[in-house]
Amino acid sequence: MRQIEYEIINTVEKLFADKKIDIFIGYKKGTLSLQTSPYFLSEQDDVRKLVWNSFCSNNLAVFIPRIIPNSKSKESKPVGILCKGCDSRSLVGLIKEKQINRDNLFIIGISCPGIVDRRKILSRLDGKEIIGIDEDADSIVVKLKDGEKRFEKEEYLCESCLNCAHPTPSIYDVLIRGAVYSLQAITPDPITKDFSSKPREERWKIFETEVSKCIRCYACRDACPNCYCKECFAEQTKPQWLGVSKGLSEVIFYHIVRILHQAGRCVDCGACVRACPMDINLRLFTRVMVDEVKERFGYEPGISLKDTPPLATFSADDKQEFMTEPE
Amino acid sequence: MDNFKPRIIIFCCNWCSYAGADLAGVSRLQIAPHFRVIRTMCSGRIEPEFVLKAFQNGVDGVMITGCHPGDCHYISGNYKTIRRYYFLKLLLSEFGVNTKRLKLHFISAGEGIEFQKRVNEFIEEIKKLGSADYAQKE
Repeated sequence: MRQIEYEIINTVEKLFADKKIDIFIGYKKGTLSLQTSPYFLSEQDDVRKLVWNSFCSNNLAVFIPRIIPNSKSKESKPVGILCKGCDSRSLVGLIKEKQINRDNLFIIGISCPGIVDRRKILSRLDGKEIIGIDEDADSIVVKLKDGEKRFEKEEYLCESCLNCAHPTPSIYDVLIRGAVYSLQAITPDPITKDFSSKPREERWKIFETEVSKCIRCYACRDACPNCYCKECFAEQTKPQWLGVSKGLSEVIFYHIVRILHQAGRCVDCGACVRACPMDINLRLFTRVMVDEVKERFGYEPGISLKDTPPLATFSADDKQEFMTEPE
Repeated sequence: MDNFKPRIIIFCCNWCSYAGADLAGVSRLQIAPHFRVIRTMCSGRIEPEFVLKAFQNGVDGVMITGCHPGDCHYISGNYKTIRRYYFLKLLLSEFGVNTKRLKLHFISAGEGIEFQKRVNEFIEEIKKLGSADYAQKE
């Protein structure tokens, strides 16, 4: 971990020294333990504050469309960005949707060992205060006032990381190789398979109880690189799709449309789940889409810059069996 | 259940289905009077929001109609509808909504009889299913 951190810092320092980038986006130590925050640094800032650990959970690609205008002008220097596998998949999606220009990016790819789920660890601490954290290749040591606790990383990874098919970035300018767990990605995901096999009434019940927790803070949307609309349908007033209440039907409406907007675009990075303050299992719903897109259209978002997302194109040979099928 | 009057929204595309519905009307074909037609310029214009908003406001069934594949005024609009509709239907059924309440049909400008048949069929089906309970809760 330390080794990789040094490598990142050295690379960024060199980039600034060579005047290749104006700004770099990485992670710095968070204000809370078990968390990191995104760090935007320019030449004057302290490169040594950059960190890389198992809690670098934000998808940094989310900031890119907000920072770089989609211009082909050669005058603006590229923005440097630290990318895990999923971040780079998001970037590929954004490039394909013409939200950013590849030339305006300098990507430091990093093969990702998986992000540790902060909540899984917190749930084991019984609310005790954390004094310090140590991390080595396989485990995390949380220091408490009365001793310390060791957590094996592999058991505490985020759900999306447990079934990650591409931990190594799909596009990058520099790749920093680190340890990658030998994961066996399965499609469809075991969680969604389990969900899909349940009868209809039960599925509706699960969906309802999950989303009824929602307070409509839209953190899932704000954390998602795919949600770059200047004005989200959820906040539109003309026409007004959603009221301002927390009523169940509004919440369901919001979530179904959010998931539909992710069809063929969601890279399953899990940023929405980690951003959700109410602990809603958002991934369960988006993953249904991801698996279906893969199965039906043979398309995986974020892998290649060449292929077209299934909903952005059409084919005269599309199967239409679902039109006549009763269910 | 006999006096249940379903409320049904039919989205018609301007170039084919709307003209088809018009033909059905001009030809005085009998259709149960339980539906409202909303005209869009293309079936590709129909966003999932439209359908969900309809259900949220207490509609019992939604039918989307468009030109036959290959006949789209905008060349590919209805092909895109097929894909979008597929995902909408998949998602709704995945979350346990009865997707019999949502239909997609291709009806051309000359198919007044087809329009009558499809709409009557749909109304019969919705009558059997009864009132939808997706209307605004709370």
